[in-house]
Amino acid sequence: MNKKIIFNGIILILFLSFNSLNAQDEEKKSNQDFELEIEAEYRYFYDDAAFNNQKQHFPSIAFTPEYSINWNKGYETLNVTGFFRLDVDDERTHWDIRELYYQKAKNKWELNIGLKKVYWGVAESNHLVDIINQTDAVESFDGEDKLGQPMVQFTYTTNKIGSFDFFYLPYHRKRTFSGEKGRLRFPLVIDKDDLTYESAAEEWRQDVAFRWKHYFGAFDVGLTHFYGNGREPLFTFDQLGNINAFYPVINQTGLDLQITHNAFLWKLESIYRSAKAQDFFAMVAGLEFTFSNIDGNGLDIGLLGEYLYDERDELALNALQNDVFFGSRIAFNDTQDTSILIGGISDLESSSKIFSIEATRRFGSSWTAEVEARIFSNIDVNEFILSNFREDSFLRFSISKYF
Amino acid sequence: MKKIVFILTVLITLGIQAQTPEELGLQIAKAAEQADLGFNSSTVNLKMTLKNKNGQTSERSLTTKTLELTEDGDKSLIVFNSPKDVKGTSTLTFTHKVGSDDQWLFLPSIKRVKRISSNNKSGPFVGSEFAYEDLSSQEVEKYTYKFIEAKGSLVVVEQDPVDPKSGYTRRLVTYNKDKGYRFEKVEFYDRKNALLKTLLYSNYKTYKNKFWRAGTFTMKNHQSNKETILEFSDYNFDVDLSEEDFTQAALQRIGG
Repeated sequence: MNKKIIFNGIILILFLSFNSLNAQDEEKKSNQDFELEIEAEYRYFYDDAAFNNQKQHFPSIAFTPEYSINWNKGYETLNVTGFFRLDVDDERTHWDIRELYYQKAKNKWELNIGLKKVYWGVAESNHLVDIINQTDAVESFDGEDKLGQPMVQFTYTTNKIGSFDFFYLPYHRKRTFSGEKGRLRFPLVIDKDDLTYESAAEEWRQDVAFRWKHYFGAFDVGLTHFYGNGREPLFTFDQLGNINAFYPVINQTGLDLQITHNAFLWKLESIYRSAKAQDFFAMVAGLEFTFSNIDGNGLDIGLLGEYLYDERDELALNALQNDVFFGSRIAFNDTQDTSILIGGISDLESSSKIFSIEATRRFGSSWTAEVEARIFSNIDVNEFILSNFREDSFLRFSISKYF
Repeated sequence: MKKIVFILTVLITLGIQAQTPEELGLQIAKAAEQADLGFNSSTVNLKMTLKNKNGQTSERSLTTKTLELTEDGDKSLIVFNSPKDVKGTSTLTFTHKVGSDDQWLFLPSIKRVKRISSNNKSGPFVGSEFAYEDLSSQEVEKYTYKFIEAKGSLVVVEQDPVDPKSGYTRRLVTYNKDKGYRFEKVEFYDRKNALLKTLLYSNYKTYKNKFWRAGTFTMKNHQSNKETILEFSDYNFDVDLSEEDFTQAALQRIGG
């Protein structure tokens, strides 16, 4: 990311913060907090690589420092979260400012200025509606890690008609792809700087987004619209087979809905995205049912089922065009917060399947351990995107220490 | 209100059974609710110590904000401060006098707000001996009542949960009628009507000359021999919170 914008952003936020600090003599009392997570990770891809120079063993270390200070009875805050990872794959060795924002809340409104992370949506197997932040694609396979997004966010919460979020997004961040040594890539190594923009303003295109969110009784509903540089690059091919990849200007309207009824959660996310090169509809719909406290000792077993549809068909970047997801979330509710998430996605039109397991547990008061496996099974060679990952099943172990 | 208490006191001391035990029990529960009316809002820090049967302990710390509402149940925000890996995890709960509560969970690692089912009343709260229903707002409508006995200033009332999803057949609550009907002890009977847990309240203090708050809750599970101790500190009844401090935006703010 452009160093200049980060620098200017920091200056602006610090300026705003100190201004506010000085203006609040009577509420001088501030609370500060610093925390550091150090994570040691080892990923092992047990199949021989599909492409030249790809490695099998990926030891890695990551640092996540967090600092926050709040004052004015907690109604004003400065939050900072950094991130740095050192990895065998040069592209996965990366740093980011996940968060660096000033926040002020007053009565019904809230203002956020700076780099921030915003999550939208209700589904588990795919996150369609969520579009504010660029995905940190080298960090994890599930797409839940995000890059900090520069923004001005204004939120207004009403008593009767829900909350309204307005976003001004002055800068676009490109997605990073695995490097030559890395797995989960295409035969051709994609350098993120080679990707261009449809917009002449490129990453400086001034983007906007809006969200309305409300709940009534068992219903939680969100309506969103985004207009700007897409977060997913669009891949097109000419007759010679050359790839042209770029970030299109998109309009995306999203709906997310959850009905919470007894032990059932019914979920729906859908989007309609339009760009000059491509218009499409996509959705994920499903349910989650939890058998709680089965053994009288706190054991919860949740069952998840979701159907995924994407009109882009095989061009869908995440390859979830007509698939079903089944999963189970097992929470022991013990003092170590042990939990396991098992899942499988199956393509309804081909043999392709992806299985996953994620298990976490705390040790002592400041250590956690995580085990993850992603298994690509019977991947159809005709899958445009997924076939590249057919040898990329992996096991991941990580241990984190919190200071 | 004072009149009811007076009549009750007279009835109990004279041992006159002018009312059924059910009516008397309900009156006592209402008197306790009445005595705690008008606190408006409060914040408190909480240290939770979990002891297993071998005496090994682990700790959690939380901050709770509560907003008193009279027409419907209270609203509350709970945020975890430790262990550090769950720091910032927070919940927003809208208690309802009738029907299930509305509850949202904020996961700070991915900044996700998730509406969660409040179906799981009997399950343990973060591995402790407190079930979710033990920590939720105590609304009169959530139980039916039966007066059992009075010993000096202590009054024992049986409370049967209305919700069939409760983990209990009944609770035996000991009130102290001379101290604003504060709770002194609760005994919990499981679905087989066997004694499951005993909760003792101690280190009481009054705030604003009216509101009794225990500094320590000790919950002992007689079946598993595990124990959880809650220690409350920095009670603040002057925070002057409003509904705007109990929204999903506020839930995200408190979790960072």
